[in-house]
Amino acid sequence: MTDVTAGALQVRNIETYYGPIMAIRGISLDVAAGQVVALLGANGAGKTTVLKTISGAMEPQKGSVHLNGEPIHNLDPDVVARRGIAHVPEGREVFPFLTVDENLKVGAFSRRDAGVQTDLEQVYEYFPALRELRGLAAGFLSGGQQQMLAIGRALMLNPSIMLLDEPSLGLSPKYVAEIAAIVKRLNAERGITVLLIEQNAKMALDISEYGYVMENGRIVMEDTSERLKDAPDIQEFYLGMKDEGVRGRRRWKQRKTWR
Amino acid sequence: MEVLQLLISGISQGCVYGLIAMGFVLIYKATEMVNFAQGDMMMLGAYLAYTWINIAGMPFVLGVVATIVSLAIVGVLIERILLRPMIGEPPFAVLMITIGLGFMLRAFAGAVWGTETKAVSNPFSGNVIRLGDISIGYENMAIILGTVILCALLFAFFRFTRLGIAMQAASQNQLAAYYVGIPVKRIYSLVWAMSAALAAVAGVLVAPISLVEPVMGFIGVKAFAAAIVGGFGSLPGAIIGGLIVGIAEQFAGLYLPPGFADTTAYAILLIMLFLRPEGLFATMQKKKV
Repeated sequence: MTDVTAGALQVRNIETYYGPIMAIRGISLDVAAGQVVALLGANGAGKTTVLKTISGAMEPQKGSVHLNGEPIHNLDPDVVARRGIAHVPEGREVFPFLTVDENLKVGAFSRRDAGVQTDLEQVYEYFPALRELRGLAAGFLSGGQQQMLAIGRALMLNPSIMLLDEPSLGLSPKYVAEIAAIVKRLNAERGITVLLIEQNAKMALDISEYGYVMENGRIVMEDTSERLKDAPDIQEFYLGMKDEGVRGRRRWKQRKTWR
Repeated sequence: MEVLQLLISGISQGCVYGLIAMGFVLIYKATEMVNFAQGDMMMLGAYLAYTWINIAGMPFVLGVVATIVSLAIVGVLIERILLRPMIGEPPFAVLMITIGLGFMLRAFAGAVWGTETKAVSNPFSGNVIRLGDISIGYENMAIILGTVILCALLFAFFRFTRLGIAMQAASQNQLAAYYVGIPVKRIYSLVWAMSAALAAVAGVLVAPISLVEPVMGFIGVKAFAAAIVGGFGSLPGAIIGGLIVGIAEQFAGLYLPPGFADTTAYAILLIMLFLRPEGLFATMQKKKV
């Protein structure tokens, strides 16, 4: 459905501010077409700001974002969306008073092609639960259903890239597994490139091929997901595996940072 | 019979308030700005109708269409030139701009058309339907019918067209609307055009029963009260609020001492704010910070 060569994202040295506060302190990252890339980091590290800068909701003061070689960092977010980048924001952000069906159809607002109806069917096939709820206002859905709706709505754009911001936030383990499976499936079947932010680092590293780790607005580590899983810092801070000392407690000296 | 007669004139007056109130609500829902010049837009609509029909000599229907189109263009220009640069500024600054815009429009109308009152020629004036003891003027019938038709059109637009649904989406969650590729800024221009078109219709309909003069837009204040009574943010609420205010005003004019009629709208507003501050048809959800 999607051309597999489309969907390469290059971010170069972006610096983004919230007023006087510098949230992104020079970040570069590459997402190759057809890849699933994870962006990890603690709260406040600036992950969401990176996604917002890519999708055009925030403008970088410096640096550039290129999609398939074309600069997109000065475009409005609706134009970026029409170029094929679908942003699924943190906290779902569905349209609460529109029905499930309307939410999905409005996701295809910018499209005029005949594929809209088949894509709608496809979304209902990916998320059978949504078909049953199609006439219900989206505000009444549970968190997991809203997350599926948000992903489905983004799919209606027929994107080449999806930016997923914390899709598993606040969801039950069953939904987390389901979301992970869907992300893998979208990547495999439709060749959609995925840039994924996750608190659930294990899930993120399981489904991604490459990972970046952010801290205080910078990228502090990057590697293939396999190697990141084995890195001691990642195991300790994100995967919760901790070598305990002889006295059952880590020595203060070994602590790298105070947080 | 007297009660029925009052009820009908109250309904037609209420429809006028309702039309202006819907203009307030449309802009508020979509852009979270309150356009205090909505009443003055209606005044401009009445003057434009006078220009097209009485000065340019257009037939009535054609003149009405010309009025709607020209005022919609004015609405878009106001949004593009005055309001769009204000996106992200404090609400108070936007409020001052729309109040200032009201002053400008009044002064403009006075300068262009003069301050003496005008009358728009129309096919309604002077004709009356009699049903038993009650008589309904054609102009009142036109107001009620026009409002009903407009409400039906708006309902169908928001319910069934993709643009209408996109407009709802943009008002429910601006950022998410951007993310799905809706050109939110163009939608805002369109909302202003629609709200101006509503004002134009209100101006055309109210011209036969009221004097066309620069200060006629002050009924916008009562319409604002009506919009709040209806639960600022609900289109049906705006019409219901307008009807409540319009009908109450007529009855107050007859049964209460002179002067009370003009304060009824605000009395109702106060009572409403005491009893149910969110209005009759509150659809607003709590804003996330």
